[in-house]
Amino acid sequence: MTARDWQRGPEQEGLPLSRYRVVDFGTAWAGPMAAQLLADLGAEVIKVESRERMDGLRLGRPIVGDDIAGGDRGLWPELQPVFHGINRNKLSVTLNLKTDDGLSLARELLARSDVAINNYSPGVLGRLGLTYQEMRQLRPDIVLVSMPALGEAGPLRDVLAYAPIIQALSGLMSVVGYSEEEPLVGELQAPWSDVVAAIHAALAAVAALRHRNLTGRGQFIEVAQLEATTSMLGEAFLEYQMTGSAPLPRGNFDPACAPHNNYPCAEPDRWVAIAVGSEEEWEAFCQALEGPAWAREGRFDTLAHRLENVAELDSLVSDWTRQRTAQDITALLQAHGVAAMPVMNIEDQFLDPHLQERRAYLEVEHPHVGIEWLYGMPWLLGSTPGGISRPAPLLGQHNDYILGDLLGLPAGEIERLQAEQVIY
Amino acid sequence: MVSKVPQPTDLNHARGAGPLAGVRVIEWGSLVSAPFCGKVLGELGADVIKIERPGLGDEGRTSGPFPGSVPHAEQSGLFLFANLNKRGITLDVESVEGRRILDQMLDSADIFVENQPLSLIESMGLGYESLRDPYPGLVVTSISPYGRTGPYKGYKGSDLTANAMSGLSFGTGHPHREPLTTPLHQASYLAGVGAAFASIVALLGRDLTGRGQSVDVAEAQVIGTLLTGYHLPTYIYRGVAGFRSGNRMRLGLFPNCVLPCRDGYICIDAPQMEQYRRFLDLLGEQDWMENPRYRDRRAMSDQYPEEAEALIAPWFMERTKQEILEACLANRIPCVPVQTFDEALEDPQLTHRQFFTDVEHASAGRLRYPGLPYRFSGTGPRQVRAAPRLGQHNEEVLCGELGISAADLDRMSREGTI
Repeated sequence: MTARDWQRGPEQEGLPLSRYRVVDFGTAWAGPMAAQLLADLGAEVIKVESRERMDGLRLGRPIVGDDIAGGDRGLWPELQPVFHGINRNKLSVTLNLKTDDGLSLARELLARSDVAINNYSPGVLGRLGLTYQEMRQLRPDIVLVSMPALGEAGPLRDVLAYAPIIQALSGLMSVVGYSEEEPLVGELQAPWSDVVAAIHAALAAVAALRHRNLTGRGQFIEVAQLEATTSMLGEAFLEYQMTGSAPLPRGNFDPACAPHNNYPCAEPDRWVAIAVGSEEEWEAFCQALEGPAWAREGRFDTLAHRLENVAELDSLVSDWTRQRTAQDITALLQAHGVAAMPVMNIEDQFLDPHLQERRAYLEVEHPHVGIEWLYGMPWLLGSTPGGISRPAPLLGQHNDYILGDLLGLPAGEIERLQAEQVIY
Repeated sequence: MVSKVPQPTDLNHARGAGPLAGVRVIEWGSLVSAPFCGKVLGELGADVIKIERPGLGDEGRTSGPFPGSVPHAEQSGLFLFANLNKRGITLDVESVEGRRILDQMLDSADIFVENQPLSLIESMGLGYESLRDPYPGLVVTSISPYGRTGPYKGYKGSDLTANAMSGLSFGTGHPHREPLTTPLHQASYLAGVGAAFASIVALLGRDLTGRGQSVDVAEAQVIGTLLTGYHLPTYIYRGVAGFRSGNRMRLGLFPNCVLPCRDGYICIDAPQMEQYRRFLDLLGEQDWMENPRYRDRRAMSDQYPEEAEALIAPWFMERTKQEILEACLANRIPCVPVQTFDEALEDPQLTHRQFFTDVEHASAGRLRYPGLPYRFSGTGPRQVRAAPRLGQHNEEVLCGELGISAADLDRMSREGTI
């Protein structure tokens, strides 16, 4: 691997964050995704790992097929496509932070960087000697973003927390279910809190960079994943205070819309979301259904009545949707100005022409997996859209560039440090 | 063009006011996504001016919760929360005079954020194509259910249909029941934060080029990309397009589920072997490790989860949430109560960190809101401003800052322009 291998692809030239260097100490989801959001828009993100402490996502069971995973166990950490999504566009340097020399190199790297991101457990940065105060000695205007699960301090700071644990504490999980009379479902089937925290951390980082550009000052930002998740739930906390009772699960019910549900379609386990709000939309909905007799009944004539009789309404709408496909229903209702969309699974999304045109899934060539598809751009910047210009890095793939070109270590020194498992 | 990037001297008055001090945002939003984007930018220090329809205001004002469940335009919990940290004016931007005032405001703005219907944006010439030449430095941020390009760009949508396209609904709920949408407008909130991030990135880009740009955020796409990290590879390499697995995380390692306990529910998610061993120690069931059926945690999660969960359910049913939390914290097992919102409001961790903030509103009174999701060392916490009453800052903004005379303000008020 030569130094030139790190060079930006044409996609990254001129991107808004192209003059910033980010050190990513993250592991698993929240931290690495925050760094990835910056990398997608041009930041040079250097992921610090080692074989002593690998990103946990590399260690998940590879799902690219037994033939690949079984062939060479040594390749295992390079075969996890989940890791590849969250770490595309990054460079990798393998520094063993359990050695003094490894820590010294990390310090030299920080001295040449603008942002450092970590989602370590509380106290880890202190043990590494890399608190904000210590980082400032290396780089006075550095922006340090820490993403502890529940916060650096507090009585529950040591709770072991994955995304569902955070959702449970935040309150969000308590309203995921069909109705308050039925057992709670709870699970959103997604690393929700990681993503919420990642976006907030990326936002905080770019806001701090703008502030630094104007004032010359960096800063330390703590984004507790629990607080990020809870910060988007204000209406529920206010509901409790305003009404005296905490909200409980109510399925797909919405007090301002009826019909408002995911309705069954002709094929098994296919569903269509339909949301009818205003009276105008209700009229349009009835017209799309060619004015069935039940729609004219008094029990459905106003929103209040439709909400009162929502179970019967849902049942009658289901009788109609069951005769049709989700695609046909969507096309018909949308042509009448009614909000409708198939409830998509990942295959529907991947094949969907709208999401394709909007670059929601992008391909990249990985040296060991070949062509692979990763999730693409969450938002589209008109002039500088960014994209995936390089696959996720192999462990230590950019050691020569980072240690040689950037930190100025002679080749012999790099070899010695490799032999001593400092670069490891 | 004249750069609108504030210079360091402009910031002297604003030190301690947040990292986005000096950024001006014009928000023309309704309900959740664009208002929340404005809220987030405001708490980071931007000067956010919200434009509402005269008379009716933001549609969010008609949306609950309300005190005692009685609708009141100044007391909607949704509106009060999504509109913290900004000033509000009323303006009929579809009138000639209203449009002239909007143009005047855009001239001094850094970011214009809206979530109006595409047809309205196009008919009013408020799309990026129309704004680019008159306001070359402006960042124009659009948030919509499906985005402003692509075959469905003109489709109608809501949080329900955005969640449907996002893929999150399909996987949430029981296999034999209808999919569940994400509660509490979460797709819209997440899109609002993402739009704030992308808008600030566009401002940093403007520092390099002198030019603004469009930012097109689709609520469905934010979730459809960032939350599909597991699902896309699982589909591509294993052909699993998705399924609902109720109270347990699919494709995980047992124990990973929500279960009832004596006074509510708990959530346990303990993927690491040491965590499972410590959990079995706590249960006094270490011998399960000798049984291949209860040692293979992937099979327990995927193939016979009901049987596996029935084994641990009694231990939880005999205990309260608090007892379970204490035992699991002491034994380093990732397992916590599923807190309802009254409980989360009293959560010891959030309380210790003084996360919640009391805000006084002239009509809705004093209420406790979730606070800032981040803590900055360098720029003090932003003073929280209550959501604006309808037209609260008309005089301050229109007369004080745009130079409209009191007589004109009066006239426009009578004519319904403001």
